[in-house]
Amino acid sequence: MSNPRTLFEKVWSDHIVVDETADTPAVFYIDLHIVHEVTTPQAFSVLRALNLPVRRPDLTLPTLDHSTPTTPVSTFKDLLVAGEGAANQVRQMQQNCKDFGLDLLGYGSGQRGIVHVIGPELGATQPGKTIVCGDSHSSTHGAFGALAFGIGTTEVGHVLATQCLLQRKPKTLAINIDGKLPEGVTAKDLILAIIGKIGVDGGTGHVIEYRGEVIRTMDMESRMTVCNMSIEAGARAGMIAPDETTIEYLRGRPRAPQGDDWDAAVTRWQELRTDDGASFDQCVTLDASELQPMVTFGTNPGMVVGINDPVPASDDVSFQKALSYMQLESGKPMTDSAVDIVFVGSCTNGRISDIEAVARILQGRNVADGVRMMVVPGSEQVKKEAEQRGLDRIITAAGAQWREAGCSMCIGMNGDVAQSGQLTVSTSNRNFEGRQGVGARTVLASPATAAASAVAGHVADPRTYS
Amino acid sequence: MTPVKKIKSRTVVLPTRDIDTDQIIAARFLTTTTREGLGANAFHDLRYNLDGSEKLDFILNQPESGGCGILIAGNNFGCGSSREHAPWALLDYGFEAVISTEIADIFRNNALKNGLLAVVVNADTHRWLLDHPGAELAIDVEAATITLPDGTVIEFTIDGFARHCLTEGIDQMGFLQEHAASIQSFEENRSWKP
Ligand code: SF4
Repeated sequence: MSNPRTLFEKVWSDHIVVDETADTPAVFYIDLHIVHEVTTPQAFSVLRALNLPVRRPDLTLPTLDHSTPTTPVSTFKDLLVAGEGAANQVRQMQQNCKDFGLDLLGYGSGQRGIVHVIGPELGATQPGKTIVCGDSHSSTHGAFGALAFGIGTTEVGHVLATQCLLQRKPKTLAINIDGKLPEGVTAKDLILAIIGKIGVDGGTGHVIEYRGEVIRTMDMESRMTVCNMSIEAGARAGMIAPDETTIEYLRGRPRAPQGDDWDAAVTRWQELRTDDGASFDQCVTLDASELQPMVTFGTNPGMVVGINDPVPASDDVSFQKALSYMQLESGKPMTDSAVDIVFVGSCTNGRISDIEAVARILQGRNVADGVRMMVVPGSEQVKKEAEQRGLDRIITAAGAQWREAGCSMCIGMNGDVAQSGQLTVSTSNRNFEGRQGVGARTVLASPATAAASAVAGHVADPRTYS
Repeated sequence: MTPVKKIKSRTVVLPTRDIDTDQIIAARFLTTTTREGLGANAFHDLRYNLDGSEKLDFILNQPESGGCGILIAGNNFGCGSSREHAPWALLDYGFEAVISTEIADIFRNNALKNGLLAVVVNADTHRWLLDHPGAELAIDVEAATITLPDGTVIEFTIDGFARHCLTEGIDQMGFLQEHAASIQSFEENRSWKP
């Protein structure tokens, strides 16, 4: 009998090309490399300088998402909307893909979208794969039992040229979620609560495995939301063991295995779970039954409170600095905060179920006067599906904007930004100073909380709008 | 990459914890397609007011910070996005090393690959460094030591391979390419294909 192993260890050891030693890291194989326009130009330049081809175009999935405008296609105007820099970056990506023989999911492909939304929806993200991308929210793909993490541009070059990375084995952290999520409390609330509990550096050096009944009963899109924000806890990656829910999600997707290959893959995937008796370097347990919808009050995702709780207090200097940036006062209810902008989208919460949750609350209601609400689908496919179901009409009827797919206000590099001092309730993943525009104040929340806040005109509990 | 063996410079202290890569280089400066020139916008929103004037109380705008090559940062420096533009910006600005009690994984990895030394020290050393802005430090990368102005020598740990690459100026792409045969045979022999 071999030793009991964790899910992480199984995927890790399956991809070692050359073992690590005291002196050298492991040569580690990558099964899927997703690339976008912002973190790759310098990597392609290195390949050009060294006269190297892309080793495995078939394992490389390029798209355009970060700096692309989300204004309706008819007003794209040669991509200049977002500025010459962004337009140049998009053009360079198109050229790089052409020169290196990569099949770009660009404009008109119908499959363009946020890197971490399209991998799963195409079925390219699969259990047991190693997946990287020059974007830290690569951890999203871990929801399928893949080992997925963000890399820098130098490493993007390494993967393009060799399909490998140099890696030291990370440690493991089990997060067990017991109990049951109360009605009206979502995956986003759960992951915000987890980050609040373990801190923004609680996972540093570790790969998290999310476990327990709450995870097992979650649908795939909720699992993706949870794994997505592993990096906000400092973790290298987040993983969830594949099960029937995973397999059913992948069945029939265009890049999932087909026919006999499908059966073989499913058999292999079913082995991908942590064996009884396997040990983790660290374990944390959380009871979900106590949770309420969560919102952030500060300038990192660990500064989080329940929607009906007051803004906390502390005399720590960094804490005080964050509160003054946010223009919030300790002891005041979060629901007192007036809202200027509501942003629904990103790889955390830009999928169809997120847009559905928003439409449920907006149905028959109006966005409050003076509030600008933007709903940005995570991909062209999400957009199409939402339109087929008429969700876009509910959203626009309520007075919100329905946009083209892209990262949009999650990163604010395509022209979608808040003005200094404006408060945005955002379904994205980062509330850092200036993330959504210079001086912009961000409150992270679930899609339901975002929609409720849009209707109320202030941060609001979605459970009163169900 | 130019070899980094020894760093001798004064420190500048930025004690805030959880300084994320968005603060080091904001997303709106990422539309570049080269590595150069990012230093002008390093810590932009901490350095400049909305009207473009300098924030005079920010440490990097004070005359004594000029020419300081070592950044002493608060805990969990470099958290957030994987953008390699963050170490590129710090290097371009003139920093050679960052010292903290904790440095986020992806940032540290990116920094070391570009010749920016990212070093973790214990809380006591960190306290001393925070309390002595402008201290002249001598860092010996090979020996993995920091010498304080009074001659006290502090050891730090650094991954042996990262150190080797730093001190020899080794490009890791070359190292990976030397394993081409192993990569090929891994692809041919694995039990399933992605
Ligand atoms: S939505 Fe935000 S976090 Fe996700 S890939 Fe885009 S920029 Fe990165």
